[in-house]
Amino acid sequence: MTTITYRDALHDAHREALRTDERVFIMGEDVADYGGTYAVTKGLFEEFGRHRVRNTPLSESGFVGLGIGAALGGMRPIVEVMTVNFSLLAMDQIVNTAATFLHMSGGQLNVPVVIRMATGAGRQLAAQHSHSLEAWYAHVPGLRVVAPGTINDARWMLAAALEDPDPVIMFEHATLYGTKGELDDAGPVDLDTAKVMRPGTDLTIIGWSGTLAKALDAAAQLDDRGVSAEVIDLRSLRPIDDATIIESVARTNRAIVVDEGWRSVGLSAELAARITEQCFYHLDAPVGRVCAEEVPIPYPSHLEQAALPQVDQVVDAALAVTGS
Amino acid sequence: MTELPPSEVSKQLLGDMIRIRVMEERCAELYQQTKIRGFLHLAIGEEAIATGVMHRLEPEDAVLATYREHGHALLKGVSAKAIMAEMFGMAEGCSGGRGGSMHLFDAGTRFYGGNAIVGGHLPVAAGLGLAEKLSGRHRATVCFFGEGAMAEGEFHETMNLAALWDIPTLFCCENNLYAMGTSLETSESETNLSVKAAGYGIPAWTVDGMDVAAVYDSAGRALTTVRSGAPVFIELRTYRYRAHSMFDPELYREKEEIERWKIQDPIMTFTRRLTEAGLVDDDAVEHMWERARQEMEEAIAFADAGTLEPIEDLGRHVYRRELA
Ligand SMILES: Cc1ncc(C[n+]2csc(CCOP(=O)(O)OP(=O)(O)O)c2C)c(N)n1
Repeated sequence: MTTITYRDALHDAHREALRTDERVFIMGEDVADYGGTYAVTKGLFEEFGRHRVRNTPLSESGFVGLGIGAALGGMRPIVEVMTVNFSLLAMDQIVNTAATFLHMSGGQLNVPVVIRMATGAGRQLAAQHSHSLEAWYAHVPGLRVVAPGTINDARWMLAAALEDPDPVIMFEHATLYGTKGELDDAGPVDLDTAKVMRPGTDLTIIGWSGTLAKALDAAAQLDDRGVSAEVIDLRSLRPIDDATIIESVARTNRAIVVDEGWRSVGLSAELAARITEQCFYHLDAPVGRVCAEEVPIPYPSHLEQAALPQVDQVVDAALAVTGS
Repeated sequence: MTELPPSEVSKQLLGDMIRIRVMEERCAELYQQTKIRGFLHLAIGEEAIATGVMHRLEPEDAVLATYREHGHALLKGVSAKAIMAEMFGMAEGCSGGRGGSMHLFDAGTRFYGGNAIVGGHLPVAAGLGLAEKLSGRHRATVCFFGEGAMAEGEFHETMNLAALWDIPTLFCCENNLYAMGTSLETSESETNLSVKAAGYGIPAWTVDGMDVAAVYDSAGRALTTVRSGAPVFIELRTYRYRAHSMFDPELYREKEEIERWKIQDPIMTFTRRLTEAGLVDDDAVEHMWERARQEMEEAIAFADAGTLEPIEDLGRHVYRRELA
């Protein structure tokens, strides 16, 4: 076991991909000389050259589309978009091209591209740099959407995404890059399953990406109050691993979803609906939700924090559904 | 006037323009008979462009086009049968019936659609070109689009990237003067379109798109540059005789304008030229029309005898690796 940051785990994953597969190249804004907006690709252009670590101009739609075309042409591009907020300029390519080609061509043309982007709030970057729009992509058939929330997934998910024949969108919560943790050398992980991070018997808390640590903190506090919480890392936002979630909730009979996206029409709503549809008769309480407030993320720290899901809200929600 | 291509090529150019014309005129009838549904965009009047360019391509070169692509697909080598079956929505269609008239695809002949987001396929074409460059191959990629696409951001992002990275892709702007009902003068600040591309440092020029010999000549020169590893842009001036799609009441232009353009009809003028040059006589020309009619009748019979994909298969072709 080694201790490593989330950023370095991602860096190592990229380095390994470039080393082991000559079809792989990285493309995005400031991925070369600058070292990557979040320093994930730092030093890689020196080692692998500018043709494989390609700095792009500010052209989200253009370079994401080039990534899609290069994938059709036999390459395995990793396209880095600075943040999900800017990815909206490339949404046409992701939704109208990457997600549709296989289908429109009657199964002939798959698009093995990996598109990574940072997401989330927490650093006082205000309303154009802080949103969690994962659900917009998770809505779309044809895309796979993953959110590595742990050091291990940061290290191993990329390889699985590159192996996948279909477009994979990978979300990295911007507050995770600097976090440290133990890396196990288990090697490749899958892209499809949710993972039970902490077993429990009284309720199931589902989090992912930036809310996973909050869910785990809340579970530790609940423990002190005699409530045993099971915590699930959703990991894959599309497809959603119903089996793991339903198996858990059928045992604990209560569930809470912690989502940094807005409550309305988002992933928390989707998860609550699935739980209700699939294990209604096991539920002892309505599914609880702790989500971002329905405002654009504000700049001042106290308001930003007030807009985001917090540990004590998760604890309160857990106590409410367990009637403790 | 551009010199005639060698006599065999000249005759093939005429024959292929006739094939497209016959196919599309039959399509219009089949639409009235409700065999073809959805949007149907005909390129009648514009046949010289697809014909002149496609005769310069090797089988392994890639082509991307718009929703006005029936002729492009046919001359890239997709069979009339597979095209017609696709328009009928049959499983035997070149896209398995999933695409229809706007989304003809064929991996075998490297025909990448049939793209119906205006401007959306330009970055993808550059990406296919980039893949060639990165993998040290020299196949050309050709992208057809209407002048309407030149007002889209994706056009500009793609031109910049293609020039910046010396991407071997040929961009063919089929300027038929109208984007639906919006005329060129009302949509472009600079109506000399090759000037716009030249602004990015891309070799660019304008060609008479009603003269197949001129198109053939230009495409030859352009592809020489492309194969040596650089992008080229050509504007091909043309006109569509028919409505934008079958839903267009054509309120935006006068009948006389259409009649004026028909005087330069690419098939009529080229037939006259080849006759005067002694390369064909009336019998030979009539034989070309007759052969094309026969080919299309066979294609229609094939499509009529096609099978509908079973509804149980609806969920196919969303992922190459099916969801768990
Ligand atoms: C992004 C986008 N906007 C609008 C449309 C609707 N639309 C379809 S074709 C068209 C006109 C395009 O004109 P042009 O590019 O000149 O090609 P043409 O149809 O004349 O061949 C429009 C506006 C679309 N398909 N995609």
